[in-house]
Amino acid sequence: MELEAAKVIGAGLAVIGVIGSGIGMGTVFASFITAVGRNPAARDEVFTMTMLGFALVEAIALFALVIALVILFG
Amino acid sequence: MASTDGHSGTEKHSPLEQFEISPFIHFETSIGDLAFTNSSLTMVITVIAIILFLTLTVNTRSIIPSRMQIMSEMSYNFIAQLLNDTVGDQGKKYFPFVFAIFMFVLIGNMVGMIPYSFTFTSHIIVTFALAAVVFIGVTVLGFMKHGLHFFSFFIVPGLPWYMLPILIPIEVISYLARPISLSVRLFANMLAGHTLLKVFAGFVLPLGIIGVVPLAFIVALTGLEILIAFLQAYVFAILTCLYINDAIHLH
Repeated sequence: MELEAAKVIGAGLAVIGVIGSGIGMGTVFASFITAVGRNPAARDEVFTMTMLGFALVEAIALFALVIALVILFG
Repeated sequence: MASTDGHSGTEKHSPLEQFEISPFIHFETSIGDLAFTNSSLTMVITVIAIILFLTLTVNTRSIIPSRMQIMSEMSYNFIAQLLNDTVGDQGKKYFPFVFAIFMFVLIGNMVGMIPYSFTFTSHIIVTFALAAVVFIGVTVLGFMKHGLHFFSFFIVPGLPWYMLPILIPIEVISYLARPISLSVRLFANMLAGHTLLKVFAGFVLPLGIIGVVPLAFIVALTGLEILIAFLQAYVFAILTCLYINDAIHLH
């Protein structure tokens, strides 16, 4: 029973790492908006790089999520 | 693997149940059971789908292309452009490698989005095998191109000599972490996305009439998942291109 409780608490703590990814994703899209605002002609080129940055930042959040899932179900 | 306890009525379903591998045909050998599983079946289906898509759509070779021909030519051109942008002219001969990896991951992710099918990219061993092929291939390529001079890749140019003892281990570790980050990124994205869909699917029936809200969310999430499926294949391909570029040009 205590092990179960510890697992649930641990999984909850592991997901705290998502905060960093949230900040990062905000930065990625804020920079995208700034860039398009300054130079609307470069939109398509910047958009592909934004998507790359979005995927890389999102992956960091998923690392935390996988750790939480491993603690919970593993 | 423990199942979650009872938010569904009679049966207990874990959101991770969809990732279970079940063998269809057993091949007993001295090193173990090399079974033909649902994972292998999905990979075979993926490869057959890619072959059919890339041959049937372009075998008419019309000057005014049909929609399907445009699709396969676009996917070809997409990777050719990507390699040209990142590696340059020298990257042309690595096109088949990058294109094969891109199509395998992309169609594998897309086949996984079909309900009741299986996502083989959600298993770390599959993605790690792909990443290990990329990593070993790129390292061998670097040694073939530059010989022992390849080790200068780990020396950051333009730094004072007393920084080198600190930076060389960091560079080596970050180089060795490449296959891990490459494989875990794809695997974690697929695992988390499909688990999230199943978790929300578990909310629909118990909520009764309010279950429309999670259902609408699932529809939106499926769209996002298809975007992620494409995006992760793209990221895998672009990182492969960047690694090839590093091996050829060293910085």
